[in-house]
Parts: sequence; structure tokens; C-alpha cells
Amino acid sequence: MISANLLAVFYLVSGVLFILALRGLSSPETSRQGNLFGIIGMSIAIGVTIISVGNFSTGFLILLVLLLIGGSIGSFIAFKIPMTAMPELVAGFHSLVGLAAVFVAISAFLNPEVFNLGNPGDIKIASLIEMSLGAAIGAITFTGSIIAFLKLRGIMSGSPITFFGQHYLNLFLGLSLLGLIFYLCKTQVDTWFWIIITISFLVGILLIIPIGGADMPVVISMLNSYSGWAAAGIGFTLENTALIITGALVGSSGAILSYIMCKGMNRSFFNVILGGWGATDQISSSSSSKEQRPVKNGNADDAAFLMKNASSVIIVPGYGMAVAQAQHALREMVDVLKKNGVKVSYAIHPVAGRMPGHMNVLLAEANVPYDEVFELEEINNDFANCDVAYVIGANDVTNPIAKSDPQSPIYGMPVLDVEKSKSVLFVKRSLSPGYAGIDNDLFYRDNTLMLFADAKKMTEEIVKSL
Amino acid sequence: MEIDPFIFRLSIFILSIFIGYYVVWSVTPSLHTPLMSVTNAISSVIIVGAIIAALAGGSGNIFDTANVFGYLATILAAVNIFGGFLVTHRMLAMYKKKKDKK
Repeated sequence: MISANLLAVFYLVSGVLFILALRGLSSPETSRQGNLFGIIGMSIAIGVTIISVGNFSTGFLILLVLLLIGGSIGSFIAFKIPMTAMPELVAGFHSLVGLAAVFVAISAFLNPEVFNLGNPGDIKIASLIEMSLGAAIGAITFTGSIIAFLKLRGIMSGSPITFFGQHYLNLFLGLSLLGLIFYLCKTQVDTWFWIIITISFLVGILLIIPIGGADMPVVISMLNSYSGWAAAGIGFTLENTALIITGALVGSSGAILSYIMCKGMNRSFFNVILGGWGATDQISSSSSSKEQRPVKNGNADDAAFLMKNASSVIIVPGYGMAVAQAQHALREMVDVLKKNGVKVSYAIHPVAGRMPGHMNVLLAEANVPYDEVFELEEINNDFANCDVAYVIGANDVTNPIAKSDPQSPIYGMPVLDVEKSKSVLFVKRSLSPGYAGIDNDLFYRDNTLMLFADAKKMTEEIVKSL
Repeated sequence: MEIDPFIFRLSIFILSIFIGYYVVWSVTPSLHTPLMSVTNAISSVIIVGAIIAALAGGSGNIFDTANVFGYLATILAAVNIFGGFLVTHRMLAMYKKKKDKK
């Protein structure tokens, strides 16, 4: 057994270790050590909890077996998952945290004596509020993440699903949740508790279905944040500092990432959440008469020639690179170029890919050293001095219209100034507009050479002709 | 007058949000994906609630409904803890510097 004070100190230690785990991520060198701190913090929290409960009966054996089963499943997934599938993996993991929060809240509601919260039917008001908030946010995280997972996995279409009165329905459900929590506290009737959880499951689905595929970076960050707030809510219920600290850390982390992603698209958070961007803007932009302009069409040999004779090349990867799994071929191409004395760097837009930092992980997987990879602000001035910009699988984030046309839906969005480089190689399967549904002016510039092909195939062909 | 312990927890909560705010802003953007997977792993510390719920049932019946929910939450959190930390480790192991290659 262990005294309540000592227990609290141990939880505080794990909380501090979790802070250090996040701190480690400020640079790749310290990050591995940070991850280790996180693992130690988790082990301490689990260890002291088991000791403090002090129940080593059959239940304990069952618990160990379950830990082992869950741990094996988790480890198996972690080792098997390809790096391109990282967004859906993270979404899937978020759903598990959400559901776990719901289950813990249910357990605390059914058996409050165990957690010193009162008796069934007579639970402390503050605890009731905390556990119903934890359960509600957990339930929203669960179903929301499932929808995000299905969309990212391609099982469900990535296009926004909208219907009349959607936002009013969400508003109504959100308000009714608050009303139900009030009633639950007043009456202590368990029916309300179950209704709260059911409505929250529904809200999670309704919140995510109107959001389109390319807005997924915001959604994943937002769900990340929610899973943190759910954990914090349960932390208040259980009066557990480790959970409160962690919940606050994760909650603010997810919120900051959502903010960075929204800023990368120059859209407000509400604009993204209310959804349906691609759906409304497509009509207005397709009417603008830009379709028939001539483009310069090139092949792999042209591209190889241009790049071999360049002194510096900047590569702009996007989601298309992930889809085509072209990162390894790309690295090969860069290796050949470097042997020829060409200076190569990579430019990453904040919202390239389907989650924050998606492109960086893929490039790291292909053994691209991280000090050759630059963020938008770091590299944007270099395009003016660069000979060739190689755009692979990116589109909207390079569109110069964001700087010139106030009518454009992406006006004001920070973009990579690829058009300033001497020549632009644009690998793309067709001239179709990107996610935002707008034509890319870059296609028709004199210094742009379009390479119409699959990103991976084209890159491999260029390697051959180099 | 005594201060309600809730106020202490609220203080911890608010201060942690501020710590999180400053710590996360210092995370380099190239590590944002590992940041998400590691925050996901640490938020599974909710497993402490699951363990208490699973083991601390007063009724003596280990398959009480409340306990069963504890067990279920334990499995879910365990998947997340192992999966989250390991996949983060796998990703971080890939980040190499130029000179490390040779």
C-alpha cells in the first residue's frame, strides 16, 4: 500500500516527465530521449496505480492479461504500419482514447464509491459535471475520429457531406447536451447520463462528415485536442494530477496545431469546422474562362536535362507524393543530382499532406536528412535564386493567385513562391484543379513545364534518363 | 477559510495549459507528426482510471458491470500506449542529419 500523498507525488513526477517528453521534440536530437521520458512517466503512473489499489486477486491477473493483449496489438500495429498511413493511424488511436474516457466515466458513474465520489444516485455535483463532460468529449472524440479514419483510409468518400440545417442541428444538439448535464445533476437519474453519451456519439459524427479531405490536418489536430480535454475531464473526476496535467498538455498541443494548420490555409477555425469549402467554391471558379490556355508539356528527358544543368533545385512535395509513394524514388533522383554537383533542398508547406508534419516523416523515411528540409518561411526567398523548382504532388500551395486575386477563395493563403524560380517542373496527372477547386495559374506560365504522369513513375523515369 | 481542493486542481490545470502552450510552440514543425503520436500515447495515462475501475470494485464480484468497463478501457488504453510510443520511436529513429549518413 502507498499513502495518498506519496501517490500524488508520483503522479506529479509522471506529469513532469510528460512535459519533458514534449520538450524533447524541439529538436530531432533530443526527441528520442524525450520519448524515453514519456515511457518512464507512463510506467511510473501505471506501476503506482496498481500498487495503490493493492488488489492482487484474480482481477489483477485478468488486468495483466488484458494489458498484454492490448500491448501486443498496439506494438504489432506500430511495427507494421507504413509511414504513408500515419494520418489514419493517429485518427484511429484518438478514437481509442475517446472510447476509453467514455468507459472510465461510465465505470465511475456506476460505481462512484470506488473513486470517493459519493454513492450511486447521490454523486457529488462537481464530480457529475466533470464525468459527464469527460464522457461527452470522449464520445465526440470517438465517433469523430472513426469518421476521420474512414475518410483518410478512403473507405468513406473524402468529399464533404452537407445537408440543410446541419449547423442548426449541431447547435441544437450541443445546447441540449448542456441542458441534459444540468438535469442529470439535478435528478441524478441515470437515463440522462446514457442519453448524454448517445447524443455525444451523434455529435461526433455530425461534426466531421461536412469536412473535406484536404482539411483533415485541422480535423486530426482538433481531435487530438479533444482527446486531451476528455482526459482532463476524467482527471478532475478522479482527482488525479497526472491526468489533469497530461490532459491540459495534449489539449493545448492539439489546439496549437489546429491553429497552425488554419493559418497555413488562411482560414478561420470556424470556417473549416463549418465545412463544405470545396463544395461551394467549385461552381464559381469553373466558370472563369481559363481552361483553354496553352501549357508547355514536357517529358522525363526534358526534366532530367533541366535539372542536371541546374546549380540549385528546390523540391516541393505534396499529398500526391504520399499517394503515389514516390518519396523513395525522389530520394534516388536527388542522390543522382547531388553527385552531379546540384544543390538540392526541400520546401514544405504547413498544410502539405493530410496531417501536420506528414511530408517531413515521409522524407525522413526515405532517408532524406532533416537539415535539407525547410519550412515555408525559411525557404521562400530562395526560390528567386533557384534554377529549377520540382513540384511533386502539390498544387494549391503553389498557386500564385493566392497573392494576386482577392476574389479567389485561397486569397491570402501563404504559398510557396515557386513561380520565381527560373523554371518550374510540375508533376501532375492532369490539368484538373486542386482541392480548392481553382485553376492553378502556374500551369500556364512561360517558365513552367508540365510533366503529366504519376509522381512515382515520372520520378523513376527522370532517374533513368539522368 | 479553507480552500476547496478543486481550486488547487484547477490551478494545476490552468498552469499546465500554459506550459503546454509554450512547450508546443517550441516543437520544430518537422516533428509535428511525432508530436501528435506522442501526445496520443501520453493521453492514454487515462489507463490509471481504467485500472482503478477494474480492480477496486467493492462488491467482490470481479465481473461487475463497472469493473468490466474498467477492463475494456484498460485494453483500449494499452493498445494506445504501446502503439503510440513505439510508432513515435520508429518515426524519430528515421530523422537523421546529413553527416550521420556517412
